Amino acid sequence: MNATSHEPSTAAPAERPSLKPIFRLQWEPAQNAHVLLYPEGMVKLNQSAAEILKRCDGTRDVDALVAELERTFETTGIETEVRAFLAEARTRGWIA
Amino acid sequence: MTDLASPAAVASAAAAGMQPAGVAPPLWLLAELTYRCPLHCVFCYNPVDYAKNRQELDTAQWIKVLREARALGAAQLGFSGGEPLMRDDLEELVAVARELGFYTNLITSGIGLTDARLSALKDAGLDHIQLSFQDSTQELNDFLSSTRTFDLKRRVAEGIKRHGFPMVLNCVLHRYNLPHVDKIIEMALAMGAEYLELANTQYYGWAYKNRAQLLPRQEQLEAAEAVVERYRQSHGDRCRIFFVVPDYFERRPKRCMNGWGAVFLGVAPDGTALPCHAARSLPGLSFPNVTDTALADIWYRSDAFNRFRGFEWMKEPCRSCDEKANDLGGCRCQAYLLTGDAANADPVCDKSPAHEQIVQFVERASSAETGADNGVTTQQPIFFRNDANSRKLCGPAHDTNAQRNEAGAKS
Repeated sequence: MNATSHEPSTAAPAERPSLKPIFRLQWEPAQNAHVLLYPEGMVKLNQSAAEILKRCDGTRDVDALVAELERTFETTGIETEVRAFLAEARTRGWIA
Repeated sequence: MTDLASPAAVASAAAAGMQPAGVAPPLWLLAELTYRCPLHCVFCYNPVDYAKNRQELDTAQWIKVLREARALGAAQLGFSGGEPLMRDDLEELVAVARELGFYTNLITSGIGLTDARLSALKDAGLDHIQLSFQDSTQELNDFLSSTRTFDLKRRVAEGIKRHGFPMVLNCVLHRYNLPHVDKIIEMALAMGAEYLELANTQYYGWAYKNRAQLLPRQEQLEAAEAVVERYRQSHGDRCRIFFVVPDYFERRPKRCMNGWGAVFLGVAPDGTALPCHAARSLPGLSFPNVTDTALADIWYRSDAFNRFRGFEWMKEPCRSCDEKANDLGGCRCQAYLLTGDAANADPVCDKSPAHEQIVQFVERASSAETGADNGVTTQQPIFFRNDANSRKLCGPAHDTNAQRNEAGAKS
C-alpha cells in the first residue's frame, strides 16, 4: 500500500476540528435525530455524535471541545470517547 | 450512527412490508424538472419515448411538490432532468428548497451554468453541484454527447470551484472510456472535485438500446477497478472515488433503489411520481401524478408505490430464497426488460432461469471487436438521445406504453 504521508491531516497537536463544507448538520424531525447531509447521502447521528460534531466549527481545539462538553452535560472523563469519535469522523472524511 | 445511504440501514424500512404504518418516509426527492437537454448522450436514463411527453410542471406546482416532500421527511433533493438549467426558475426552486431544509443537489451537464447563474444559485443556497463528464478527452466526450461541450465543461468546473461549491464529478463508464479511468481520475483531482462518481452504465432507457455498443469486456473492468483502488490508496483523502459496479457482471442483483418505494421518490417533468426513474417503462402500472394526488397518498397509499414493497409480490426463485432480504429480488425494470415480467427475479441473479441470457450477452461483448483504443466501432447502430431517435424508436411497438403513461398523467 502506498503511504499517505503527503497530507498530515491527523494528530496535529493544536488542531481545531471543523466539519468539511460539503457536509451539513441539522435536526431532522422525521428521523427524530440530528443528521449529517452530504451529496446524495445522509447519516443519522446518535446524540453524542451530534453534540461533538456541532462543536466542530474550527474555533476550538480538542481540549476545549472536551471541556465544553463536560461542562454542558455535567460529566467528566469523556476525552477518550471524544477523541475516538473524532478519529472515526476524520477517517470517514467528515472533518478536517 | 446509521448511514442511510447504505443498504443495511434501510433494511428495516424495506422489510416492514405492506402495512402503510410500517412504510418509512421518503428520504430522496428527485425532481426531474424537464426532459429538455442540450446533450444527446448514448447512455441517458430518460425514457426512450421522452419526446412524446413535453408537459412540464410550472413553478408553483414544483414548489407544492417540494413542500409536500419535505413535510413527509425527504431530506435530499436532486434537481435533475434532462438539463435542469433549461428551467429559468431553477434558482427560485433552489431557494425555496433550501429554506425548507433540503440538502440541495444540482445534477447538471454544466451547459448553461454561467457565472451569473452560479452566483444566483450560491445566493439561493444551493449545497452542491454534480457535474457530468463523458470522458477525459474532448474527442470522446464530444462524440458520446454528440455535442462540442468538453472545453465548456472544463470552464464550468473552474467556475463551480471559484464560487465555492462542493463538486462531485460524475462520469458514466463503458467500453470506450474504461481504458481512460486513470485520466478521468487525474482530471477530477486537477479540478478539485470532492467526490468522483465513476458509474458503470446501467442498461435502461437509451443505454439499453445501445448496450451492444457500450458493454465492456471483463478484463477492461478489472483493469479499471485496479486503477481506482490504486488512486484510492494514494489520493483517497483528497477525493472520494466511487465505482459503481456494472451489474451484468455480477451473480447477485443490486438492491435496486434500496427497495421499491423505500427511500426514493422521483417526480418526472409532467408530475408523474415514480419509485425509480426508469420505472416509467413498466407496463401494467398506473403511476400517480402530483397535480391531482397529494404526495402522502402517492407515497403511502398508491397501488404503484405499494406494488413491489415487502415480499408478497415475489415469485420463485425469490419467494423462498434465503437472500431475498439482502437484494429484494433486484431491479424490477431489469426483470421486465429481460424477462417481460417485472415481478420475476432480476436475471442478474444466477438463480434466475433467465440469467443465461446475461451471461451470453457478456460473452458476445467480450468476443466482439471493440476498437476501444482506436475510436469508436461502427459495427452496430448507435442511438444518440435526440428527438428524432426518440420518435423513431417509439414506433408502433412502444405506442401502447407511451399512451398509457400519457393517459395516466392526465387522469
